[in-house]
Amino acid sequence: MIHKYKLNGYNIVLDVYSNSLHIVDDIAYDIISIYKEKSTEDIINTMLEMHPEITKDDILECLSDISQLEKENKLFSEDTYSNIPIRKRSNSNIVKALCLHVAHTCNLNCEYCFASQGNYKGKRALMSYEVGKQALDFLINHSGTRRNLEVDFFGGEPLMNLDVCKQLVKYARSIEKEHNKNFRFTLTTNGVLIDDDVIKFANEQMDNVVLSLDGRKCVHDRLRKDIKGNGSYDLIVPKFQKLVSNRTKGTYYVRGTFTHFNTDFTNDILHMADLGFTELSMEPVVCPPEDVYALTKEDLPIILEQYEILAKEMLNREKQGKEFVFYHYMIDLTHGPCIYKRLSGCGSGTEYLAVTPWGELFPCHQFVSDSNYSMGDVWQGITNISLQKEFGMCNAYSREECKDCWAKLYCSGGCAANAYHASGSILGTYEYGCELFKKRMECAIMLQIARQDIKLAD
Amino acid sequence: MEKAKRIKTIQTRDLVNSIKDGGCGECQTSCQSACKTSCGVANQKCENTQK
Repeated sequence: MIHKYKLNGYNIVLDVYSNSLHIVDDIAYDIISIYKEKSTEDIINTMLEMHPEITKDDILECLSDISQLEKENKLFSEDTYSNIPIRKRSNSNIVKALCLHVAHTCNLNCEYCFASQGNYKGKRALMSYEVGKQALDFLINHSGTRRNLEVDFFGGEPLMNLDVCKQLVKYARSIEKEHNKNFRFTLTTNGVLIDDDVIKFANEQMDNVVLSLDGRKCVHDRLRKDIKGNGSYDLIVPKFQKLVSNRTKGTYYVRGTFTHFNTDFTNDILHMADLGFTELSMEPVVCPPEDVYALTKEDLPIILEQYEILAKEMLNREKQGKEFVFYHYMIDLTHGPCIYKRLSGCGSGTEYLAVTPWGELFPCHQFVSDSNYSMGDVWQGITNISLQKEFGMCNAYSREECKDCWAKLYCSGGCAANAYHASGSILGTYEYGCELFKKRMECAIMLQIARQDIKLAD
Repeated sequence: MEKAKRIKTIQTRDLVNSIKDGGCGECQTSCQSACKTSCGVANQKCENTQK
């Protein structure tokens, strides 16, 4: 299977199964389009009609190059992966990442919050040290030979339970060496409680920090309000800037959510960059379609165009020495994920679990408000085996809709929570999200090519 | 003068070869450390230093 597209002056051909990538001129692009459908004679006639400026020899030479690439399995290569055992299987029972919901409460009242203003449609609660410690022990005991263990302090607002976060990091550090493990912590925060003490803790102990900011003040303040209804932009931006300027190791992401109200979200990303942030992420809102800020069908072409505008502007800024990273455009063509990773996809419900303040296990943070998805607890482990098996089935080959999709080895079947919310099944698909994802990948690949300044005439 | 090429192949990780040198399982397993709402695998870093 191939995928070909034109973007920003490049004709790009991706060979899906080999991961080979080609840039081609208009002649080769048009020949590749009909190569599998027509005979050599028909191709020559069609091309001479379409491109009177070229000769039959030009076409034959190009056909020979295409044929050679096909023989080398770099073009039109076949799927040879369907029999590979997918690593993430329900019978592996390895858990290597936990999202610790240390606070089911929040000091902001953001309208679009998928966690229902922090409490996940349940009672407000803080995780105790004992529950958190048991979760870390559960993780170590179920991580097998995996060395890197990821733990995310999440909420609600995790800084409302800062002391427990600190105690849990101290405990993890005290046991990681004896178990030959490496804990990687992430803190996701709205910023309200950031002070010098938090900055020191985050920058010393957090491998990654996710800072929630939606972009321009008018956009951010419209939905990210405090309990009294006041916007939080002026309070948090200086705190984020201080935290980031003091960060000497690890990554951070200034992460926004865009909605129907700001489909021109590129302006919000550029605003973040203008504030001095260089590691940026911007996500489509997750909400029921009837919400006023939900993305609409009419928004889709606008959003797709925004991703292109963003990619081109990133190149412009790179030339001016004002580069920034956009999370979804980070792909590494030469050292990216292996085929096992590309097939097995998200580890939710298997390798990755969310833990509530009272120690209950869920497949991921997006399922925590749904009691049907309770999987067990940190003392007894996973007791809902059938659910674990169901999540273990989510991979690049488990959905009929993905069968002929060129992007399946980039998304690996996508997000189970998105699929569930859109189709009622974790084995369904969220088509709207697929369209956004595919455009992001097209832009990400184009950016890599543009950065290498690859020209056909070289 | 040599003719300009119509096709240029860009260096990428050979996925077929990665059957042999991949699968260590040390890479990030979900979106939880970054975007939180839409998992993709393309932008996740390979952690295998042995390949």
